[in-house]
Amino acid sequence: MRKSFPLLTPLIHGTLVLTLVLAFIGNGSNGSNLFLIPVVVLAASLASSSYGSTALARSFLLGVGLVFATVTLTMSLAAFRGSEAPNAYWVFVVALWLASWKLNETIIRIGDERPALAKASNLMVPVIFGITLLFLWEFIVVGANVPKVLLPAPSDIGVRLANSLPTLWADFQQTFLKAVLVGYVLGCGAGFALALLVDRVPFLRQGLLPIGNLVSALPIIGVAPIMVMWFGFDWPSKAAVVIIMTFFPMLVNTVSGLAASDAMHRDLMRTYAAGPVATLVKLRLPTAMPFIFNALKINSTLALIGAIVAEFFGTPIVGMGFRISTEVGRMNLDMVWAEIAMAALAGSLFYASIGMLERMVTFWHPSMRAER
Amino acid sequence: MAYERGTATMIDFIRYKVWPVLAVVICLLAIWYTAAVVLNTPFQQDKYARANLENVAFTQLVSDTLSQERPVLPAPHQVVEEIYKTTVLKKVTSKRSLVYHAGITLSSTMLGFIIGAVLGIVIAVLVVHSRVLDKSLMPWVISSQTIPILAIAPMIIVVLNAVGISGLLPKAFISTYLSFFPVTVGMVKGLRSPDTINMDLMKTYSANGNQVFWKLRLPSSVPYLFTSLKIAVAASLVGAIVGELPTGAVAGLGARLLAGSYYGQTIQIWSALVVAAVLAACLVAAIGSLDRMVLRRMGVAR
Repeated sequence: MRKSFPLLTPLIHGTLVLTLVLAFIGNGSNGSNLFLIPVVVLAASLASSSYGSTALARSFLLGVGLVFATVTLTMSLAAFRGSEAPNAYWVFVVALWLASWKLNETIIRIGDERPALAKASNLMVPVIFGITLLFLWEFIVVGANVPKVLLPAPSDIGVRLANSLPTLWADFQQTFLKAVLVGYVLGCGAGFALALLVDRVPFLRQGLLPIGNLVSALPIIGVAPIMVMWFGFDWPSKAAVVIIMTFFPMLVNTVSGLAASDAMHRDLMRTYAAGPVATLVKLRLPTAMPFIFNALKINSTLALIGAIVAEFFGTPIVGMGFRISTEVGRMNLDMVWAEIAMAALAGSLFYASIGMLERMVTFWHPSMRAER
Repeated sequence: MAYERGTATMIDFIRYKVWPVLAVVICLLAIWYTAAVVLNTPFQQDKYARANLENVAFTQLVSDTLSQERPVLPAPHQVVEEIYKTTVLKKVTSKRSLVYHAGITLSSTMLGFIIGAVLGIVIAVLVVHSRVLDKSLMPWVISSQTIPILAIAPMIIVVLNAVGISGLLPKAFISTYLSFFPVTVGMVKGLRSPDTINMDLMKTYSANGNQVFWKLRLPSSVPYLFTSLKIAVAASLVGAIVGELPTGAVAGLGARLLAGSYYGQTIQIWSALVVAAVLAACLVAAIGSLDRMVLRRMGVAR
């Protein structure tokens, strides 16, 4: 089941040949002869890479050819702007996609052959996959001449992103640095504090846990209009939505985390004559950490969503949600996508930083050890 | 089970399961009523001042704050009354009926949920069978959820409308995006859950990939599947509600929320919220009972 797709290499060669055939048939129409050089280079790198003795050499040869072909095609894209691309173009795009697939298959082999490079190859594969998707997006949008109001090309989005950094920064400050962070800290903090209290009272635990579980499944985001009514248009109302959204996952996870310590360990603490506080700090909180970090991670995405959606219900004229909803109305989709790119970047960095913190705090946990 | 083992278990069940939950619910209701009185008092005082009423009795103040037309925080009984009025007393086809709006939201939730579940299962099967997909796609599946899709819901709906896709599908698309993720992650985990010893057994039977999949991997993934389906259906409902917010939504629970917030109809907002909550609870419960039924038929009753 772990075998690679055997038809892949013949398929790439087939599409490359088809590209040339189509290019010669369609000669005279715009830009058909543009394909000759990249096709030859890609075919040459594919052929030479099959002679490479190690996976590293094979990936390198294929990678160089692929990069060259992609760059050439990107530079020739200007020829197709404003008109439909010839058939040869589409076949070549398919060939590029298949070749990048092949490259990924080869790169995975590097990890098998040289375990020292396994980590790097595991990182490269998704990166190449992502870059491939971006280029496919670009090629398809430009080649099919998709209007900008439907789907802007990544290059347009990039230009827009670079040109409107001050606006984006102001939105980021308003939504992320104020609403999300404040709400996140207060919501998680309150959930954690209540969990510590609930933990001391078994009756409360039995009563609150089912309700907390139920509330976690509810569309809490619906309280956004109410919060906007209560706390006004500025960021405190968004922070309030974030607090409510992050509160329950934290509560439920911390309570079940605090219950996760072994009976044997608790007995040991008893034999040490440790009081409830010492048991909590030295045994039960550390055992609860994986659960708490689980909640922190879930909450990091929830917080961003909550703050942005709350801005749809009323906001001052700044903020990521505000920008998205107004620019959609003005059909400035490249600005919307720039905002999305920033939101995705902020969300991923937020998530990643919590993941790093988790590694530092729960280094002892089996799931962390297994990854090394 | 409780009946078989006599009444002692029944009493225990009530004492340790039902009573604490009930007590907490009662506490929450009490807090809600108090908050309603406190939050609604300033407006009520204003009203008294304008009517030149002084020294209003406290009981009068309380009953007045709990029966305002557009309270800051409506009392629970007002919400219940509004729900009763808009569900039982209105015809189902009426645009003022919450059942009608809930039905619209439910239909796009279910459509998105079904597409999302199928998509999630397909991706999981591919990921389990292809190493390249596992290494290249899975990180992106996970990071796809850090993109606040709900935030771009308006754009997706506007764009899909421009392409000519309107009605249920755009809303369902957002539900799909939210619900495919838990299913993919859960199914990948489930399809990989068979023990090495079982996989080895299949190997000694010289089972091919297909047989291993249908006879071992798929059956052992079922519990994981249902756990993630429960999460997915809840996420799907959130997606449908938020999908109804933009484009001046016409119908659905999300539209009720938005209309309520435009016109300051707090009771309407709260009743839409409560109905959404009930809907979510019902959907999760339905998946849960399906889960139990299937597992019992498979002989793995818990």
